[in-house]
Amino acid sequence: MDIYARNILDHYQRPRCRRRMTAADASFRELNRSCGDDMTVFVKMKGDVISEISFEGNGCAISVATISILSEELVGKTRAELLAMDLPDLQELLGINISMRRSKCALIGLRALQKAVSSLENKS
Amino acid sequence: MINYRENFPLLKRICADHPLQYFDNAATSPKPQVVIDAVNDYYNLHNANVHRGPNFLAEEATTLYEDARLSVSEFIGAKREEIIFTAGTTASINLVARSWGEANLKKGDVVALSRAEHHANIVPWLQLKEKIGIVLEYIEINADGTFNAESLNKIFAQSKLRLLAITLASNVLGQYYDLNPIIKRAQSLGVICLVDAAQGITHRPLNVKELDPDFLVFSGHKLFAPAGVGILYGRRELLEAMPPFLGSGGMIAEVLEQSYTPAELPDKFEAGTPNIEGAIGLGVAIKFIKKIGWTEIVSREKVLSDYFLEKIKDLDFVKILGGEEGRLPLFSLVLKDLHPHDVADLLGERGIIVRAGHHCAQPLHDYFQVAATLRASLSFYNSLEEIDYFINSLKEIKTLLQS
Ligand SMILES: Cc1ncc(COP(=O)(O)O)c(C=O)c1O
Repeated sequence: MDIYARNILDHYQRPRCRRRMTAADASFRELNRSCGDDMTVFVKMKGDVISEISFEGNGCAISVATISILSEELVGKTRAELLAMDLPDLQELLGINISMRRSKCALIGLRALQKAVSSLENKS
Repeated sequence: MINYRENFPLLKRICADHPLQYFDNAATSPKPQVVIDAVNDYYNLHNANVHRGPNFLAEEATTLYEDARLSVSEFIGAKREEIIFTAGTTASINLVARSWGEANLKKGDVVALSRAEHHANIVPWLQLKEKIGIVLEYIEINADGTFNAESLNKIFAQSKLRLLAITLASNVLGQYYDLNPIIKRAQSLGVICLVDAAQGITHRPLNVKELDPDFLVFSGHKLFAPAGVGILYGRRELLEAMPPFLGSGGMIAEVLEQSYTPAELPDKFEAGTPNIEGAIGLGVAIKFIKKIGWTEIVSREKVLSDYFLEKIKDLDFVKILGGEEGRLPLFSLVLKDLHPHDVADLLGERGIIVRAGHHCAQPLHDYFQVAATLRASLSFYNSLEEIDYFINSLKEIKTLLQS
Protein backbone atom coordinates (compact mmCIF):
# COMPACT_ATOMS: atom_id res chain seq x y z
CA MET A 1 0.00 0.00 0.00
CA ASP A 2 3.02 2.13 0.64
CA ILE A 3 3.68 3.05 -2.98
CA TYR A 4 0.02 3.86 -3.55
CA ALA A 5 0.11 6.47 -0.82
CA ARG A 6 -2.41 9.29 -0.86
CA ASN A 7 -0.17 11.90 -2.51
CA ILE A 8 0.85 9.46 -5.26
CA LEU A 9 -2.77 8.64 -6.05
CA ASP A 10 -3.62 12.32 -5.95
CA HIS A 11 -0.97 13.17 -8.54
CA TYR A 12 -2.06 10.17 -10.64
CA GLN A 13 -5.71 11.20 -10.68
CA ARG A 14 -5.08 14.93 -11.01
CA PRO A 15 -1.71 15.19 -12.69
CA ARG A 16 -0.19 18.69 -12.65
CA CYS A 17 1.27 20.12 -15.82
CA ARG A 18 -0.23 17.53 -18.15
CA ARG A 19 -0.34 19.54 -21.34
CA ARG A 20 1.52 20.10 -24.55
CA MET A 21 3.96 23.01 -24.48
CA THR A 22 4.07 24.92 -27.73
CA ALA A 23 7.17 27.02 -27.15
CA ALA A 24 9.32 24.41 -25.40
CA ASP A 25 13.10 24.67 -25.54
CA ALA A 26 13.43 20.91 -25.42
CA SER A 27 11.23 17.86 -25.54
CA PHE A 28 11.67 14.11 -25.59
CA ARG A 29 9.44 11.09 -26.05
CA GLU A 30 10.30 8.04 -23.97
CA LEU A 31 8.63 4.68 -24.60
CA ASN A 32 8.57 1.65 -22.42
CA ARG A 33 7.09 -1.00 -24.63
CA SER A 34 7.18 -3.75 -22.08
CA CYS A 35 4.93 -1.74 -19.75
CA GLY A 36 2.99 0.05 -22.44
CA ASP A 37 4.11 3.46 -21.16
CA ASP A 38 4.50 6.39 -23.52
CA MET A 39 5.59 9.75 -22.19
CA THR A 40 6.58 13.00 -23.87
CA VAL A 41 8.09 15.76 -21.76
CA PHE A 42 8.55 19.46 -22.51
CA VAL A 43 11.04 21.79 -20.85
CA LYS A 44 11.41 25.55 -20.92
CA MET A 45 14.71 27.04 -19.75
CA LYS A 46 15.79 30.45 -18.53
CA GLY A 47 19.51 30.31 -19.22
CA ASP A 48 20.70 27.30 -17.33
CA VAL A 49 17.69 27.11 -15.05
CA ILE A 50 14.50 25.13 -15.63
CA SER A 51 11.55 27.50 -15.73
CA GLU A 52 8.71 25.19 -16.76
CA ILE A 53 7.99 21.50 -17.31
CA SER A 54 4.98 19.76 -18.77
CA PHE A 55 4.20 16.31 -20.12
CA GLU A 56 1.84 14.29 -22.25
CA GLY A 57 1.18 10.60 -22.45
CA ASN A 58 0.06 7.52 -20.64
CA GLY A 59 1.46 5.31 -17.97
CA CYS A 60 0.79 3.61 -14.70
CA ALA A 61 0.09 5.46 -11.45
CA ILE A 62 3.75 5.43 -10.47
CA SER A 63 5.05 6.81 -13.77
CA VAL A 64 2.35 9.49 -14.05
CA ALA A 65 2.58 10.58 -10.42
CA THR A 66 6.37 10.78 -10.61
CA ILE A 67 6.48 12.99 -13.69
CA SER A 68 3.67 15.12 -12.23
CA ILE A 69 5.65 15.67 -9.02
CA LEU A 70 8.85 16.29 -10.99
CA SER A 71 7.21 18.91 -13.18
CA GLU A 72 6.49 20.93 -10.03
CA GLU A 73 9.60 20.20 -8.03
CA LEU A 74 12.24 20.71 -10.69
CA VAL A 75 11.33 24.27 -11.56
CA GLY A 76 14.23 26.46 -10.42
CA LYS A 77 16.78 23.64 -10.60
CA THR A 78 19.71 23.82 -13.01
CA ARG A 79 20.30 21.51 -15.93
CA ALA A 80 23.29 19.99 -14.16
CA GLU A 81 21.18 19.26 -11.08
CA LEU A 82 18.58 17.50 -13.23
CA LEU A 83 21.24 15.47 -15.03
CA ALA A 84 22.70 14.33 -11.73
CA MET A 85 19.41 12.94 -10.40
CA ASP A 86 18.73 9.22 -10.02
CA LEU A 87 16.46 6.74 -8.29
CA PRO A 88 17.37 7.67 -4.69
CA ASP A 89 16.42 11.30 -5.40
CA LEU A 90 13.04 10.13 -6.65
CA GLN A 91 12.47 8.04 -3.53
CA GLU A 92 13.13 11.13 -1.48
CA LEU A 93 10.87 13.37 -3.57
CA LEU A 94 8.04 10.87 -3.61
CA GLY A 95 8.46 9.90 0.00
CA ILE A 96 8.09 6.21 -0.80
CA ASN A 97 10.25 3.15 -1.24
CA ILE A 98 10.38 2.18 -4.89
CA SER A 99 10.78 -1.56 -5.41
CA MET A 100 13.02 -2.94 -8.12
CA ARG A 101 10.00 -4.03 -10.12
CA ARG A 102 8.63 -0.49 -10.21
CA SER A 103 11.84 1.48 -10.62
CA LYS A 104 11.42 1.58 -14.41
CA CYS A 105 7.99 3.15 -13.91
CA ALA A 106 9.35 5.84 -11.62
CA LEU A 107 12.32 6.51 -13.86
CA ILE A 108 10.62 6.94 -17.23
CA GLY A 109 9.77 10.62 -16.66
CA LEU A 110 13.15 11.49 -15.19
CA ARG A 111 15.03 9.78 -18.04
CA ALA A 112 12.86 11.61 -20.58
CA LEU A 113 13.63 14.95 -18.93
CA GLN A 114 17.34 14.18 -18.80
CA LYS A 115 17.39 13.19 -22.47
CA ALA A 116 15.45 16.33 -23.36
CA VAL A 117 17.90 18.71 -21.68
CA SER A 118 20.97 16.83 -22.81
CA SER A 119 19.88 17.35 -26.41
CA LEU A 120 19.63 21.04 -25.54
CA GLU A 121 23.20 21.07 -24.41
CA ASN A 122 24.34 19.60 -27.71
CA LYS A 123 22.54 22.30 -29.64
CA SER A 124 23.91 25.30 -27.78
CA MET B 1 -13.30 -31.29 -6.17
CA ILE B 2 -9.95 -32.72 -5.05
CA ASN B 3 -7.59 -30.09 -3.68
CA TYR B 4 -4.52 -30.43 -5.91
CA ARG B 5 -2.95 -27.31 -4.42
CA GLU B 6 -1.53 -29.60 -1.73
CA ASN B 7 0.95 -30.98 -4.24
CA PHE B 8 2.73 -27.67 -4.64
CA PRO B 9 4.89 -26.38 -1.76
CA LEU B 10 4.92 -22.89 -3.28
CA LEU B 11 1.19 -22.56 -2.74
CA LYS B 12 1.61 -23.08 0.99
CA ARG B 13 3.28 -19.70 1.23
CA ILE B 14 1.14 -17.13 3.02
CA CYS B 15 0.93 -13.60 1.59
CA ALA B 16 -1.17 -10.87 3.16
CA ASP B 17 -2.81 -13.46 5.45
CA HIS B 18 -3.81 -15.36 2.38
CA PRO B 19 -2.44 -18.55 0.84
CA LEU B 20 -0.52 -17.65 -2.30
CA GLN B 21 -2.86 -17.55 -5.28
CA TYR B 22 -0.95 -18.34 -8.42
CA PHE B 23 -2.61 -17.08 -11.61
CA ASP B 24 0.58 -16.92 -13.67
CA ASN B 25 0.83 -20.49 -14.88
CA ALA B 26 1.41 -19.45 -18.48
CA ALA B 27 4.65 -17.73 -17.46
CA THR B 28 5.86 -20.73 -15.50
CA SER B 29 4.05 -23.36 -13.46
CA PRO B 30 4.66 -24.08 -9.79
CA LYS B 31 6.55 -27.33 -9.18
CA PRO B 32 5.00 -30.29 -7.40
CA GLN B 33 6.84 -31.85 -4.46
CA VAL B 34 7.54 -35.03 -6.46
CA VAL B 35 9.50 -33.05 -9.05
CA ILE B 36 11.46 -31.16 -6.40
CA ASP B 37 12.22 -34.49 -4.69
CA ALA B 38 13.45 -36.01 -7.95
CA VAL B 39 15.86 -33.13 -8.51
CA ASN B 40 17.05 -33.41 -4.90
CA ASP B 41 17.52 -37.16 -5.23
CA TYR B 42 19.61 -36.73 -8.32
CA TYR B 43 21.97 -34.39 -6.47
CA ASN B 44 21.89 -36.25 -3.17
CA LEU B 45 22.28 -39.77 -4.55
CA HIS B 46 23.13 -40.00 -8.24
CA ASN B 47 25.15 -36.91 -9.14
CA ALA B 48 27.20 -37.87 -12.21
CA ASN B 49 27.58 -36.89 -15.83
CA VAL B 50 25.61 -38.88 -18.39
CA HIS B 51 26.97 -41.16 -21.11
CA ARG B 52 30.43 -40.94 -19.61
CA GLY B 53 32.41 -43.05 -17.22
CA PRO B 54 32.18 -46.77 -16.49
CA ASN B 55 31.07 -46.43 -12.88
CA PHE B 56 27.76 -47.22 -11.27
CA LEU B 57 26.98 -43.60 -10.44
CA ALA B 58 27.31 -42.56 -14.08
CA GLU B 59 25.15 -45.50 -15.02
CA GLU B 60 22.41 -44.48 -12.57
CA ALA B 61 22.42 -40.91 -13.83
CA THR B 62 22.35 -42.08 -17.44
CA THR B 63 19.48 -44.46 -16.75
CA LEU B 64 17.44 -41.73 -15.04
CA TYR B 65 18.14 -39.32 -17.91
CA GLU B 66 17.26 -41.82 -20.62
CA ASP B 67 14.16 -42.96 -18.73
CA ALA B 68 13.03 -39.35 -18.76
CA ARG B 69 13.47 -39.30 -22.54
CA LEU B 70 11.31 -42.42 -22.78
CA SER B 71 8.62 -40.76 -20.62
CA VAL B 72 8.58 -37.75 -22.92
CA SER B 73 8.46 -39.89 -26.06
CA GLU B 74 5.52 -41.91 -24.71
CA PHE B 75 3.79 -38.74 -23.53
CA ILE B 76 3.60 -37.34 -27.08
CA GLY B 77 3.64 -40.57 -29.06
CA ALA B 78 7.11 -40.12 -30.55
CA LYS B 79 10.05 -42.46 -31.03
CA ARG B 80 12.85 -42.26 -28.47
CA GLU B 81 15.40 -40.94 -30.97
CA GLU B 82 13.05 -38.16 -32.07
CA ILE B 83 13.16 -36.53 -28.63
CA ILE B 84 15.99 -34.01 -28.23
CA PHE B 85 16.56 -32.43 -24.84
CA THR B 86 17.20 -28.69 -25.22
CA ALA B 87 17.18 -25.72 -22.85
CA GLY B 88 13.54 -24.94 -23.67
CA THR B 89 11.16 -23.76 -26.37
CA THR B 90 13.41 -20.87 -27.30
CA ALA B 91 16.46 -23.11 -27.70
CA SER B 92 14.45 -25.64 -29.71
CA ILE B 93 13.14 -23.08 -32.19
CA ASN B 94 16.58 -21.55 -32.59
CA LEU B 95 18.01 -25.01 -33.23
CA VAL B 96 15.51 -25.58 -36.05
CA ALA B 97 16.04 -22.10 -37.50
CA ARG B 98 19.81 -22.44 -37.50
CA SER B 99 20.18 -26.08 -38.47
CA TRP B 100 17.19 -26.89 -40.65
CA GLY B 101 16.56 -23.29 -41.70
CA GLU B 102 20.05 -22.42 -42.85
CA ALA B 103 20.42 -25.73 -44.68
CA ASN B 104 17.06 -25.62 -46.43
CA LEU B 105 15.92 -22.03 -46.89
CA LYS B 106 17.22 -19.50 -49.35
CA LYS B 107 16.60 -15.88 -50.23
CA GLY B 108 12.97 -15.23 -51.12
CA ASP B 109 11.60 -18.39 -49.48
CA VAL B 110 8.50 -17.73 -47.40
CA VAL B 111 8.17 -18.62 -43.72
CA ALA B 112 4.64 -18.11 -42.39
CA LEU B 113 3.89 -17.43 -38.74
CA SER B 114 0.63 -16.52 -37.08
CA ARG B 115 -0.06 -13.09 -35.63
CA ALA B 116 -0.40 -14.80 -32.25
CA GLU B 117 3.21 -15.96 -31.96
CA HIS B 118 5.37 -15.45 -28.91
CA HIS B 119 8.61 -13.56 -29.62
CA ALA B 120 10.39 -16.93 -29.31
CA ASN B 121 8.75 -17.94 -32.58
CA ILE B 122 9.30 -14.61 -34.32
CA VAL B 123 12.80 -13.39 -33.55
CA PRO B 124 14.73 -16.51 -34.73
CA TRP B 125 12.98 -16.13 -38.10
CA LEU B 126 13.69 -12.39 -38.18
CA GLN B 127 17.34 -13.27 -37.59
CA LEU B 128 17.18 -15.68 -40.53
CA LYS B 129 15.58 -12.93 -42.57
CA GLU B 130 18.56 -10.69 -41.81
CA LYS B 131 21.00 -13.45 -42.52
CA ILE B 132 19.67 -15.03 -45.71
CA GLY B 133 16.75 -12.90 -46.82
CA ILE B 134 13.77 -15.17 -46.21
CA VAL B 135 10.35 -13.51 -46.34
CA LEU B 136 8.07 -13.53 -43.28
CA GLU B 137 4.30 -13.61 -43.66
CA TYR B 138 1.70 -13.56 -40.89
CA ILE B 139 -1.58 -15.43 -40.71
CA GLU B 140 -4.10 -12.84 -39.51
CA ILE B 141 -6.22 -13.45 -36.45
CA ASN B 142 -9.95 -12.79 -36.15
CA ALA B 143 -11.31 -10.82 -33.19
CA ASP B 144 -12.39 -14.11 -31.57
CA GLY B 145 -8.79 -15.33 -31.65
CA THR B 146 -9.16 -17.85 -34.50
CA PHE B 147 -7.07 -17.86 -37.68
CA ASN B 148 -8.50 -15.83 -40.51
CA ALA B 149 -9.44 -18.24 -43.30
CA GLU B 150 -8.88 -15.78 -46.12
CA SER B 151 -5.45 -14.91 -44.83
CA LEU B 152 -4.61 -18.63 -44.60
CA ASN B 153 -5.70 -19.08 -48.21
CA LYS B 154 -3.45 -16.24 -49.30
CA ILE B 155 -0.50 -17.71 -47.49
CA PHE B 156 -1.04 -21.20 -48.89
CA ALA B 157 -1.26 -19.70 -52.37
CA GLN B 158 2.34 -18.51 -52.17
CA SER B 159 4.52 -20.73 -54.32
CA LYS B 160 7.61 -20.06 -52.23
CA LEU B 161 6.03 -21.08 -48.93
CA ARG B 162 8.49 -23.47 -47.27
CA LEU B 163 7.74 -23.43 -43.56
CA LEU B 164 4.77 -22.83 -41.32
CA ALA B 165 5.83 -22.07 -37.74
CA ILE B 166 2.74 -21.69 -35.60
CA THR B 167 1.57 -21.89 -32.06
CA LEU B 168 -0.74 -24.58 -30.76
CA ALA B 169 -2.23 -22.17 -28.22
CA SER B 170 -1.84 -18.44 -27.78
CA ASN B 171 -0.24 -17.24 -24.56
CA VAL B 172 -2.29 -14.02 -24.88
CA LEU B 173 -5.63 -14.97 -26.43
CA GLY B 174 -5.95 -18.31 -24.66
CA GLN B 175 -7.10 -19.79 -27.95
CA TYR B 176 -6.25 -23.47 -28.52
CA TYR B 177 -5.96 -24.05 -32.25
CA ASP B 178 -7.11 -27.07 -34.18
CA LEU B 179 -3.95 -27.38 -36.25
CA ASN B 180 -4.85 -30.71 -37.87
CA PRO B 181 -6.44 -29.33 -41.05
CA ILE B 182 -3.71 -26.70 -41.42
CA ILE B 183 -0.91 -29.24 -41.08
CA LYS B 184 -2.62 -31.60 -43.56
CA ARG B 185 -2.93 -28.77 -46.03
CA ALA B 186 0.71 -27.81 -45.57
CA GLN B 187 1.82 -31.40 -46.05
CA SER B 188 -0.10 -31.71 -49.30
CA LEU B 189 2.00 -28.80 -50.56
CA GLY B 190 5.29 -30.10 -49.18
CA VAL B 191 5.48 -27.30 -46.60
CA ILE B 192 7.29 -28.14 -43.34
CA CYS B 193 5.39 -27.43 -40.09
CA LEU B 194 6.83 -26.42 -36.75
CA VAL B 195 4.39 -26.32 -33.84
CA ASP B 196 5.10 -24.21 -30.75
CA ALA B 197 3.39 -26.28 -28.08
CA ALA B 198 4.78 -24.30 -25.10
CA GLN B 199 1.28 -23.38 -23.92
CA GLY B 200 -0.80 -26.02 -25.66
CA ILE B 201 0.91 -29.05 -24.15
CA THR B 202 0.08 -28.09 -20.60
CA HIS B 203 -3.69 -28.16 -21.13
CA ARG B 204 -4.63 -30.96 -23.54
CA PRO B 205 -3.30 -34.39 -24.53
CA LEU B 206 -1.09 -34.30 -27.59
CA ASN B 207 0.05 -37.04 -29.95
CA VAL B 208 2.50 -36.32 -32.73
CA LYS B 209 1.19 -39.28 -34.72
CA GLU B 210 -2.22 -37.64 -34.90
CA LEU B 211 -1.19 -34.00 -35.16
CA ASP B 212 1.66 -35.01 -37.47
CA PRO B 213 3.89 -31.92 -37.31
CA ASP B 214 7.45 -32.05 -38.63
CA PHE B 215 8.79 -30.30 -35.54
CA LEU B 216 7.16 -29.69 -32.18
CA VAL B 217 8.72 -27.78 -29.30
CA PHE B 218 7.94 -27.06 -25.67
CA SER B 219 9.48 -26.09 -22.32
CA GLY B 220 9.63 -28.11 -19.12
CA HIS B 221 9.06 -25.19 -16.76
CA LYS B 222 5.50 -24.53 -17.92
CA LEU B 223 4.76 -28.25 -17.52
CA PHE B 224 5.53 -28.54 -13.79
CA ALA B 225 9.21 -29.34 -14.44
CA PRO B 226 12.35 -27.29 -13.70
CA ALA B 227 13.43 -24.37 -15.88
CA GLY B 228 16.25 -24.77 -18.36
CA VAL B 229 15.03 -27.98 -19.96
CA GLY B 230 12.79 -28.38 -22.97
CA ILE B 231 12.06 -30.58 -25.93
CA LEU B 232 12.56 -30.57 -29.64
CA TYR B 233 10.57 -33.29 -31.32
CA GLY B 234 11.51 -33.79 -34.97
CA ARG B 235 10.47 -36.30 -37.55
CA ARG B 236 13.31 -38.79 -37.70
CA GLU B 237 14.17 -38.38 -41.41
CA LEU B 238 14.34 -34.60 -41.00
CA LEU B 239 16.56 -34.73 -37.92
CA GLU B 240 18.86 -37.21 -39.66
CA ALA B 241 19.24 -34.99 -42.69
CA MET B 242 19.92 -31.84 -40.64
CA PRO B 243 23.46 -30.69 -39.91
CA PRO B 244 24.38 -30.70 -36.20
CA PHE B 245 23.91 -27.36 -34.42
CA LEU B 246 26.21 -26.91 -31.43
CA GLY B 247 29.48 -28.80 -31.51
CA SER B 248 31.08 -30.38 -28.46
CA GLY B 249 31.45 -33.66 -26.66
CA GLY B 250 28.35 -35.79 -26.43
CA MET B 251 27.26 -35.06 -29.99
CA ILE B 252 30.11 -36.83 -31.77
CA ALA B 253 30.92 -40.38 -32.84
CA GLU B 254 34.53 -39.60 -33.69
CA VAL B 255 36.79 -36.55 -33.70
CA LEU B 256 39.96 -36.39 -35.77
CA GLU B 257 42.39 -33.54 -36.21
CA GLN B 258 40.70 -32.22 -39.32
CA SER B 259 37.21 -33.71 -39.22
CA TYR B 260 34.50 -35.21 -37.06
CA THR B 261 31.58 -37.56 -37.40
CA PRO B 262 28.40 -36.64 -35.54
CA ALA B 263 26.73 -39.13 -33.25
CA GLU B 264 23.44 -40.83 -34.03
CA LEU B 265 20.13 -39.32 -32.94
CA PRO B 266 19.26 -38.07 -30.41
CA ASP B 267 22.84 -37.40 -29.18
CA LYS B 268 23.69 -35.58 -32.41
CA PHE B 269 21.81 -32.53 -31.16
CA GLU B 270 22.78 -32.75 -27.49
CA ALA B 271 26.21 -31.15 -27.34
CA GLY B 272 27.90 -30.78 -23.97
CA THR B 273 26.62 -31.77 -20.55
CA PRO B 274 22.85 -31.50 -20.65
CA ASN B 275 20.49 -30.26 -17.94
CA ILE B 276 20.42 -33.70 -16.33
CA GLU B 277 18.34 -32.85 -13.26
CA GLY B 278 15.96 -30.83 -15.43
CA ALA B 279 15.37 -33.75 -17.76
CA ILE B 280 14.83 -36.09 -14.80
CA GLY B 281 12.41 -33.56 -13.33
CA LEU B 282 10.54 -33.36 -16.63
CA GLY B 283 10.15 -37.12 -16.69
CA VAL B 284 8.66 -37.04 -13.19
CA ALA B 285 6.42 -34.06 -14.05
CA ILE B 286 4.97 -36.10 -16.89
CA LYS B 287 4.26 -38.98 -14.50
CA PHE B 288 2.56 -36.47 -12.19
CA ILE B 289 0.31 -35.27 -15.04
CA LYS B 290 -0.47 -38.83 -16.12
CA LYS B 291 -1.43 -39.78 -12.60
CA ILE B 292 -3.97 -36.97 -12.41
CA GLY B 293 -5.09 -37.78 -15.93
CA TRP B 294 -6.08 -35.65 -18.90
CA THR B 295 -9.79 -36.26 -18.41
CA GLU B 296 -9.61 -34.70 -14.97
CA ILE B 297 -7.35 -31.83 -16.07
CA VAL B 298 -9.43 -30.92 -19.13
CA SER B 299 -12.75 -31.08 -17.29
CA ARG B 300 -11.53 -29.04 -14.32
CA GLU B 301 -10.06 -26.40 -16.58
CA LYS B 302 -13.34 -26.17 -18.48
CA VAL B 303 -15.21 -25.55 -15.24
CA LEU B 304 -12.68 -22.87 -14.27
CA SER B 305 -12.83 -21.19 -17.70
CA ASP B 306 -16.61 -21.10 -17.81
CA TYR B 307 -16.82 -19.70 -14.30
CA PHE B 308 -14.18 -17.06 -14.98
CA LEU B 309 -15.89 -15.92 -18.20
CA GLU B 310 -19.22 -15.77 -16.37
CA LYS B 311 -17.90 -13.80 -13.40
CA ILE B 312 -15.82 -11.35 -15.37
CA LYS B 313 -18.97 -10.20 -17.17
CA ASP B 314 -20.00 -8.46 -13.94
CA LEU B 315 -17.08 -6.07 -14.30
CA ASP B 316 -17.99 -3.37 -16.78
CA PHE B 317 -14.44 -1.98 -16.86
CA VAL B 318 -12.90 -5.23 -18.08
CA LYS B 319 -12.73 -6.61 -21.61
CA ILE B 320 -11.16 -9.95 -22.53
CA LEU B 321 -9.01 -10.30 -25.65
CA GLY B 322 -10.16 -13.11 -27.92
CA GLY B 323 -13.30 -15.24 -27.95
CA GLU B 324 -14.92 -17.81 -25.69
CA GLU B 325 -14.91 -20.87 -27.96
CA GLY B 326 -11.89 -23.17 -27.71
CA ARG B 327 -10.41 -21.16 -24.88
CA LEU B 328 -7.95 -22.36 -22.30
CA PRO B 329 -8.20 -20.93 -18.75
CA LEU B 330 -5.96 -18.05 -19.83
CA PHE B 331 -7.33 -14.52 -20.00
CA SER B 332 -5.72 -11.27 -21.08
CA LEU B 333 -7.76 -8.40 -19.69
CA VAL B 334 -7.98 -4.90 -21.09
CA LEU B 335 -8.79 -2.59 -18.18
CA LYS B 336 -10.58 0.67 -18.84
CA ASP B 337 -8.66 3.62 -17.35
CA LEU B 338 -6.47 1.36 -15.22
CA HIS B 339 -2.88 0.53 -15.96
CA PRO B 340 -2.23 -3.24 -15.79
CA HIS B 341 1.02 -2.69 -13.88
CA ASP B 342 -0.73 -0.91 -11.05
CA VAL B 343 -3.38 -3.59 -10.88
CA ALA B 344 -0.85 -6.45 -10.98
CA ASP B 345 1.19 -4.80 -8.23
CA LEU B 346 -1.86 -4.32 -6.02
CA LEU B 347 -3.12 -7.85 -6.71
CA GLY B 348 0.32 -9.00 -5.58
CA GLU B 349 -0.22 -7.21 -2.28
CA ARG B 350 -3.31 -9.38 -1.87
CA GLY B 351 -1.33 -12.55 -2.60
CA ILE B 352 -2.49 -12.95 -6.19
CA ILE B 353 0.27 -13.49 -8.74
CA VAL B 354 -0.55 -12.31 -12.28
CA ARG B 355 1.38 -10.82 -15.14
CA ALA B 356 1.07 -7.41 -16.82
CA GLY B 357 2.54 -6.19 -20.07
CA HIS B 358 2.63 -7.52 -23.62
CA HIS B 359 3.62 -11.08 -22.60
CA CYS B 360 6.33 -11.31 -25.27
CA ALA B 361 3.74 -10.83 -28.00
CA GLN B 362 4.20 -7.25 -29.15
CA PRO B 363 2.96 -7.71 -32.74
CA LEU B 364 -0.26 -9.21 -31.35
CA HIS B 365 -0.81 -6.33 -28.90
CA ASP B 366 -0.12 -3.83 -31.69
CA TYR B 367 -2.65 -5.63 -33.83
CA PHE B 368 -5.33 -5.34 -31.15
CA GLN B 369 -4.15 -1.78 -30.46
CA VAL B 370 -3.63 -2.24 -26.76
CA ALA B 371 -0.36 -1.28 -25.09
CA ALA B 372 -0.55 -3.78 -22.29
CA THR B 373 -2.91 -6.26 -20.70
CA LEU B 374 -3.33 -7.98 -17.36
CA ARG B 375 -3.05 -11.74 -17.76
CA ALA B 376 -4.61 -14.29 -15.46
CA SER B 377 -3.52 -17.78 -16.50
CA LEU B 378 -4.99 -20.66 -14.54
CA SER B 379 -4.23 -24.33 -14.29
CA PHE B 380 -6.24 -27.40 -13.26
CA TYR B 381 -5.28 -27.02 -9.56
CA ASN B 382 -6.80 -23.52 -9.24
CA SER B 383 -10.26 -23.14 -7.69
CA LEU B 384 -13.54 -21.30 -8.07
CA GLU B 385 -12.93 -19.56 -4.72
CA GLU B 386 -9.71 -18.17 -6.12
CA ILE B 387 -11.60 -16.73 -9.08
CA ASP B 388 -14.06 -15.07 -6.67
CA TYR B 389 -11.21 -13.57 -4.68
CA PHE B 390 -9.59 -12.33 -7.91
CA ILE B 391 -12.80 -10.68 -9.13
CA ASN B 392 -13.47 -9.02 -5.76
CA SER B 393 -9.91 -7.80 -5.57
CA LEU B 394 -10.18 -6.26 -9.05
CA LYS B 395 -13.25 -4.34 -7.89
CA GLU B 396 -11.52 -3.09 -4.76
CA ILE B 397 -8.41 -2.04 -6.66
CA LYS B 398 -10.46 -0.09 -9.15
CA THR B 399 -12.10 1.79 -6.30
CA LEU B 400 -8.76 2.44 -4.64
CA LEU B 401 -7.06 3.74 -7.77
CA GLN B 402 -9.93 5.90 -8.88
CA SER B 403 -11.15 7.46 -5.66
C1 LIG C 1 3.63 -19.77 -26.83
C2 LIG C 1 5.01 -19.63 -26.24
N1 LIG C 1 6.08 -19.89 -27.00
C3 LIG C 1 7.33 -19.80 -26.51
C4 LIG C 1 7.57 -19.41 -25.21
C5 LIG C 1 9.00 -19.29 -24.74
O1 LIG C 1 9.30 -20.29 -23.84
P1 LIG C 1 10.71 -20.32 -23.08
O2 LIG C 1 10.92 -18.96 -22.51
O3 LIG C 1 10.52 -21.37 -22.05
O4 LIG C 1 11.75 -20.68 -24.09
C6 LIG C 1 6.49 -19.14 -24.38
C7 LIG C 1 6.72 -18.73 -22.98
O5 LIG C 1 6.35 -17.71 -22.48
C8 LIG C 1 5.18 -19.22 -24.91
O6 LIG C 1 4.11 -18.93 -24.15
